[in-house]
Amino acid sequence: MAIVFSKPHALTDKPFHYCPGCPHGIVHRLVAETIDELGIEGRTVGVAPVGCSVMAYDYFSCDMIEAAHGRAPAVATGLKRALPNNIVFTYQGDGDLAAIGMCETIHAATRGENITVIFINNAIYGMTGGQMAPTSLPGQVTQTSPYGRDVKTAGYPIRVCELLSTLDGVTFAQRVAVDSVKNVNIAKRAIKKAFTNQVEGKGYSIIEVVSTCPTNWGMSPMEAFQWMRDNMLPYYPLGVYKDKSEGEN
Amino acid sequence: MNERVLMKGNEALAEAAICAGCRHFFGYPITPQTEVAAYMAKRMPKIGGTYLQAESEIAAINMVLGASSAGVRAMTSSSSPGISLKSEGISYIAGSDLPALIVNVQRGGPGLGGIQPSQSDYWQATKATGHGDFHMLVFAPSTVQEMVDLVFDAFDLGDKYRMPAMLFLDGMLGQMMEPVILPDPSSRPVIEKPWAANGHQGKRPHNIIKSLYLEPQELERTIIERFKRYDHIKATEQRAEEYLTDDADIIIVAYGASSRIARSAVNTARSMGIKAGLIRPITLWPFPVDIINKNVENTKAFLSVEMSMGQMVDDVRLVVNGRRPVSFFGRTGGIIPTPDEVLEQIKAINGGM
Amino acid sequence: MAKIIINESVCKGCEICVNTCPQKIIALASDRINSKGYHPAQLLDENKCTGCCSCAMMCPDVAITVER
Repeated sequence: MAIVFSKPHALTDKPFHYCPGCPHGIVHRLVAETIDELGIEGRTVGVAPVGCSVMAYDYFSCDMIEAAHGRAPAVATGLKRALPNNIVFTYQGDGDLAAIGMCETIHAATRGENITVIFINNAIYGMTGGQMAPTSLPGQVTQTSPYGRDVKTAGYPIRVCELLSTLDGVTFAQRVAVDSVKNVNIAKRAIKKAFTNQVEGKGYSIIEVVSTCPTNWGMSPMEAFQWMRDNMLPYYPLGVYKDKSEGEN
Repeated sequence: MNERVLMKGNEALAEAAICAGCRHFFGYPITPQTEVAAYMAKRMPKIGGTYLQAESEIAAINMVLGASSAGVRAMTSSSSPGISLKSEGISYIAGSDLPALIVNVQRGGPGLGGIQPSQSDYWQATKATGHGDFHMLVFAPSTVQEMVDLVFDAFDLGDKYRMPAMLFLDGMLGQMMEPVILPDPSSRPVIEKPWAANGHQGKRPHNIIKSLYLEPQELERTIIERFKRYDHIKATEQRAEEYLTDDADIIIVAYGASSRIARSAVNTARSMGIKAGLIRPITLWPFPVDIINKNVENTKAFLSVEMSMGQMVDDVRLVVNGRRPVSFFGRTGGIIPTPDEVLEQIKAINGGM
Repeated sequence: MAKIIINESVCKGCEICVNTCPQKIIALASDRINSKGYHPAQLLDENKCTGCCSCAMMCPDVAITVER
């Protein structure tokens, strides 16, 4: 017998601190597998966010930087400009990327920085205990929207892939999920493409992963996947929102 | 030896940064430092460097953090309101033990304040640029030549001590034209950066650049280690110029633009028979405690002259510690004090002695 | 001939593998807990494992190695 599946080299041996059933670990693995398959660990530098994945720097074997809340795209920009031949990725949650860091996000995208952005959208602030996020759904109950997100006062959730795909600087934007083997395979291909684009100098790629937060949603991991399919995917449809990596479109 | 050229302060400091090996400038327009950015925008593309106009001062300082993490010399420049925005990033740079050059061409505050020269960011620069227990090196030149020299020192010492350094100016110095000689970079030390996050190439464990320490014991230990470095800096890097202090009855303490005015007032006072002198701090952090201290016993009074409501005077009083009277004179809001106004203060102190 | 090896020390008993396995041959070991305090997942019937990797692909803690 041969080993057909094992932990990728680009992940360290440190056990994840995430809650049981948290999909962060799946996405970390997909990023690490991609780094392994492209043979780029030695020249990759990742930028961790503030949020649940703040300690991502302990989990990836490549060099890592821990950025301030929302500033990962700016840190990645400085890094990539200094090291144009290295591979630079950010890994950010919805509060980090689409609230406090939206300015940095949009401008890194519109400049077409040749970086890869992995965006985890689980419609909630996990690390701080389940507050309303910029991507929380209308009516969604959170610690800070206890009567459900009221769009009259709290506004509407932001669809990041749709928004960024309007920018000329964006090369590739795809929304994926990791709730099933089939979707994990699609997510893997998308992440690999987003890194490959950078290796080939094609510019800014973002992969939005619609995800879950079983702990703060108050559900089992499997219930959370089902809630995500029933409620999030209609608002955040999966698919490719922009792809000019094979030429203009 | 390089040749002497006539340059405007803001442009001279930009060219000095390039001479010192800086190829990464991240900025955001704000009066009165825009010439630094404009100069960089013109020069950097010609020499294979990066000039990037960021979306905000917050983004610019975090780009500096990213580039500095990669191990290259990086800088940003701004003016007072912009430095407030950068203070978050400066705290992270300090907490991540990264070098960086931050230029503050000060203007009047608080808030939007005004656009005329000021020194009212002294407290911010020396005591509270961002949250947490940390310091940055703060250099206060008073001539264009010194501005150029201190750019080199700020990069070298920032790299040596792995900490942010600020070049602390005001609109007056930035606009001034004076002859300068650009230093020879080959005479400077080369500082290795094995800590840089520039890709491990399979040859070393992964480097992590971070300011997060969730274990309080670990955070305390990290900060205590950093403060040992600060103690070493305080012991070895204090700088100030002394002018006519040997026999002075009254010593003015003033830095930057206000030191130039104070010097004129000291000269006039001397011509009138009043024994005035000047201590001009060149490093504001570390504050030149030793140089002020050694003058306390031989003089009768101190006068702090600033373009603020009185900020550095606190540090002068801490050093003098009640042994001599310390008074203050300043103008604020963008008004530069005149030599005559300072002379009046000297005369008043002299008359009261 | 295939099998999975579960690194029990990092398993958090989230049951995603239990629910994902097409052969329904993974369950939590109710007779023991790991150092994190969870009942770890275990393979019930090695003979039925096809080595399809579904469990490993869905495991958020990368706790599963697959041999085939």
